Amino acid sequence: MSFKSKTRSTAWGGQSMGAVLVQAAVLGLVLSGVYVLFQNTQANLQDRGIESGFAFLGHEAGLPIGDSLIEYDPTRSYGYAFLVGILNTLLVSAIAIILSTILGILIGVARVSSNWLLAKMAAIYVEALRNIPLLLTLIFVYTVVIGSLPHPRDPISPMDGVYLTKRGVFVPRPVVEDGFQIFLLATVIAAAMAASFWIWARNHKRTTGRSVPGFLGGLALFTAITTLAFFASGSPVGVEVPAYRGLNFAGGLTLKPEFVSLVTGLVLYTAAYIGENVRSGIASVHPGQIEAANALGVSSGIVTRLIMLPQALRVTIPATTNDYASLVKNSSLAVAIGFPDMVSIGGTIIGQNGQAIEIIAMWMAVYLTINLLISVAMNFLNSRVQIVER
Amino acid sequence: MKIRITTLAALAVAASAGMAQAGTLEKVRSAGVLACGVSEGVPGFSNPNSEGRWEGLDADICRAVAAAVLGDAGAVRFVPLSSKQKVLAVSSGQVEMTSRTTTWTMKRDGAEGVDFTQVIFFDGQGFMVRAESGITSAKELDGGTVCVTTGTTTELNLADFARAQNIQVEAVVFDGKREAVEAYMTDRCDALTTDASQLASFRISFSNPSAHTILPNLISKEPLAPLVAHGDNNWKDIVSWTIYGLIAAEELGITSANVDDMAANSANPDVQRLLGSSVDSGNFVGLGATWMKDAIAAVGNYGEIFDRNLTRPLGLERGLNAQWKDGGLMYAMPIR
Repeated sequence: MSFKSKTRSTAWGGQSMGAVLVQAAVLGLVLSGVYVLFQNTQANLQDRGIESGFAFLGHEAGLPIGDSLIEYDPTRSYGYAFLVGILNTLLVSAIAIILSTILGILIGVARVSSNWLLAKMAAIYVEALRNIPLLLTLIFVYTVVIGSLPHPRDPISPMDGVYLTKRGVFVPRPVVEDGFQIFLLATVIAAAMAASFWIWARNHKRTTGRSVPGFLGGLALFTAITTLAFFASGSPVGVEVPAYRGLNFAGGLTLKPEFVSLVTGLVLYTAAYIGENVRSGIASVHPGQIEAANALGVSSGIVTRLIMLPQALRVTIPATTNDYASLVKNSSLAVAIGFPDMVSIGGTIIGQNGQAIEIIAMWMAVYLTINLLISVAMNFLNSRVQIVER
Repeated sequence: MKIRITTLAALAVAASAGMAQAGTLEKVRSAGVLACGVSEGVPGFSNPNSEGRWEGLDADICRAVAAAVLGDAGAVRFVPLSSKQKVLAVSSGQVEMTSRTTTWTMKRDGAEGVDFTQVIFFDGQGFMVRAESGITSAKELDGGTVCVTTGTTTELNLADFARAQNIQVEAVVFDGKREAVEAYMTDRCDALTTDASQLASFRISFSNPSAHTILPNLISKEPLAPLVAHGDNNWKDIVSWTIYGLIAAEELGITSANVDDMAANSANPDVQRLLGSSVDSGNFVGLGATWMKDAIAAVGNYGEIFDRNLTRPLGLERGLNAQWKDGGLMYAMPIR
């Protein structure tokens, strides 16, 4: 046994020839197993006269979909119906991710708050929501909370044009009128001016050391100009108010109960997890850092923004990536409350065509794509907040 | 949860290498039990009672086949299936037959790996509304909301109906019947739509049945029939002829009470053939001589099954499901 043989390296990243052969053999076995399964499936489908392939996606769907972002009617194809489902899944996921992040941050900050009552309430929230299955939360929101709202005949109207009923929440819809283009142009100019002010303020601080409130100033500038432009162009945004007709409200914007329940359930559930990520992020910042900053007399806003948050985010972001991915997958529980997401519509297509293998493959491909994109975006964000070590 | 079962069924199609192609009869005999797919709970058709025993027309058809094949009506393993599983479970060989309020359609029969056996209930799709709503016809549902179950022909018929009548109907589609009924009960929808017989079955389970009206319009033909996997002709014959046997028994006046007496003493050649006293009719499809005697003794003839499960508890009329002699569509092919 010589010293040399132990440190010998090969072309395969330091692995011995034997290990590479074994891995190649295992890979070969797995691939041939997959091939045999695939062949077998094809033969079985053919024997039973089950159509296979994706040709059915071009056939007329004929199924009704209650909630659709793009124009849909039953004469469209199965592929188009599935697309409607994908868009619904994306919409619910995107809105739920944004809202659960906001709520999660509030919960996380509340948990480490020095206010005893606030901290305890946040703790109870987190423990309760984390320990109840999401399905139960969804069904509770759908049947109990939304279900206890009144019939559209007799709606709750917290303000003019807004109606809460068990058939959905109806709100006025903004309608573009003449002169909107002038207003739009003014908005773009205002945004440009606000941005240049912000950049000027930063440069001014860098060169003179004097702090100018660049962000707030820019925001004030933007608000002032757009408000003036809005009235100057003759208030070019009107509203379409929902009105009760026959069996339901018509006109305006409708938030269907299924959509509201699904988003609410997902947000309540995911926010509990994100709150814990935020809490552990904040807890991971060494108290000495804050104390040191306080000793220098730096304002508490700057301590939070420049000292605490950057360090807390390093812990918070990777864990939150997982929670976003779970949220997207959890949105498939929509089937239980009748929201037409990708899984619900795909399930209908299976029921009508029996082509489960194709639909299941499509489900997997879409979820995989969404979650890989989330992962890439979050990893990018994470790499921005990591400490650069030299 | 249900998605996982669908996935499993799809994998089962992938994995079972031509197993269900032939020899379902041998498979059932060697297992000593018949795996029969039923609904997840539709009173009158298949629904577990308080003791967990499956009751209903669909469940009794499973028992009749088990009695004809194995001589024991108790040798049934009931497998509750959702709408989207019902076809897949039988085409993949997960169950030997499905007796589950399934509409006989050309596409299912031709392109989904299953064969239909014989209609056990002629139905049509209807609507139920709250009596207080004042709606008297399905055409008045314009602008309204309808609760419906996914993966069924019901969903398609609803869309077709709205298109044909040129009305706007918002469909809220649920994965299970229970969820759809519950949503209707909490007033999420103006109407609930499914086969008229099932509407009657749901209504009877409500605390105040008279507060709900089943509209007179039927918007479709729904011939409900048990199904078997495509490819095993003998097994299809067995299930079909067991159903014909039950229908013929009613026509011939054979009941669970008099079947032994009829087998021993009847002079009617049709009865003798059916009960195996003269010709061994079971042998035509590979079964024993007492196939029908066992089935009728266990569950009764078609009329008894209908009366026990649908007429008495739900108040359903025989209608199209009466014997052909009485103006209905129940017509058994000659057993000879």
